[in-house]
Amino acid sequence: MGAVILLPGVLRPEAADASRLEVAAPGTVRDVLAEVAERWPRLAKRLRDERGDLRRYVNLYVDGEECRRVKGLDTPVPDGAEIQIIPSVAGG
Amino acid sequence: MTRLVAIGTEKGLFLATHDGGGWDVSPLHFTVKSVYAVAIDTRGGTPRILVGASSAHWGPSVAISSDLGKTWEEPDDPAIVFPEDTGAALERVWQLAPGPADRPEIVYAGTEPSALFRSEDGGRSFSLVRGLWEHPHRPTWEPGGGGQAIHTILPDPRDDGRMVVAMSTGGVYRTADGGESWTPGNAGIKAVHVPDPFPEYGQCVHKVARDNVDPDRFYAQVHHGVYRSDDGAASWTSIAEPLPGDFGFPIVAHPSKPGTIYNFPMIADMDRYPADHRCRVYRSTDAGKSWEPLSEGLPAEPFYPSVLRDAMCVDAGEPAGVYFGSKSGEVFASLDEGDSWTRVAAHLPAVLCVRAAAI
Repeated sequence: MGAVILLPGVLRPEAADASRLEVAAPGTVRDVLAEVAERWPRLAKRLRDERGDLRRYVNLYVDGEECRRVKGLDTPVPDGAEIQIIPSVAGG
Repeated sequence: MTRLVAIGTEKGLFLATHDGGGWDVSPLHFTVKSVYAVAIDTRGGTPRILVGASSAHWGPSVAISSDLGKTWEEPDDPAIVFPEDTGAALERVWQLAPGPADRPEIVYAGTEPSALFRSEDGGRSFSLVRGLWEHPHRPTWEPGGGGQAIHTILPDPRDDGRMVVAMSTGGVYRTADGGESWTPGNAGIKAVHVPDPFPEYGQCVHKVARDNVDPDRFYAQVHHGVYRSDDGAASWTSIAEPLPGDFGFPIVAHPSKPGTIYNFPMIADMDRYPADHRCRVYRSTDAGKSWEPLSEGLPAEPFYPSVLRDAMCVDAGEPAGVYFGSKSGEVFASLDEGDSWTRVAAHLPAVLCVRAAAI
């Protein structure tokens, strides 16, 4: 029972250089991020601000769907889900 | 004596050093992070560099180096966090300011949204100064062009309980009780963006400097105005008239000569460039009664970039060094108090802040 988070290279130093993190599922994106905050606090603060909001240019895909287009932090994360974290392309 | 210059840019930090020969500029630190705030804290035995760096993707953070940038320390728990009951989140650190000379554990931070934080462990963790956050004026503070932030923190060297802060757009505020209560200190500063030309608060103050010899004297560069206060930042009189323009961002005070100040005047609003499109620092040695342009060694060709509010500073060397950086990524230094200048670096990202120390 669980899901896997795939991390981009730039975030791996925040999670002991892991590229894949196994987390509990089913649940929601909010639950997953709460577990991340518990186990990898440095990574969590890169993803969320102190209100718990996902940072503006952090995109979190659950099985290929960006969570903001589903239910945001309440997006369901089914058992076996693959969660990709991909930074936006923005800026100059 | 080594001069150390910390250069915060839109895309990282550079450390420049001068040991008597030329300038040596370090490789980039904090790649692609905007560095709005740097402090070089010389109160302890070893200089400490504190950096407020913001990643557009991964948020803001505060990092500290105790070995002149060889290594950086960033706690697992973020140094600056808005308490849950405020409903706010840290957007950016705009200012890191060492506290009293004899208490190196005290460091202040000014943030966006406008708030003051205080650290009692050398900048590793901070707590919100509630008195300013809960000030009844706060809902009326508006963001200026750069954002709504506390960009100036000036502790009183005589009394840890007294302090002056400033923000755009809110103005100058003062406390005499360690931050419990705050009163606006804007009398005489003209506002051009609201119907009342002399409101109690709300002025667009760009930067305030405290005279390092007479702590009750202050200098302010405002959006349309340059001012001096002789009464502890309670009231202000204009010192802009001899300048070629009353707009600009930085103003700094000499480390040991009372009444000696520097700024980089610009023309606004219809011509938002340095006056006559020339790269000139202006110096006053009489607290703003008269000003002289300084340009020896500065670019002679037309010059269009701005010098932002924290992109000018002095060090406490003998003689004092004066430094500034431009939005076009050039940094200049004068090691003779402004008489002549040399270029420290060019082709950097836009310079946001410059801090220097003689170490």
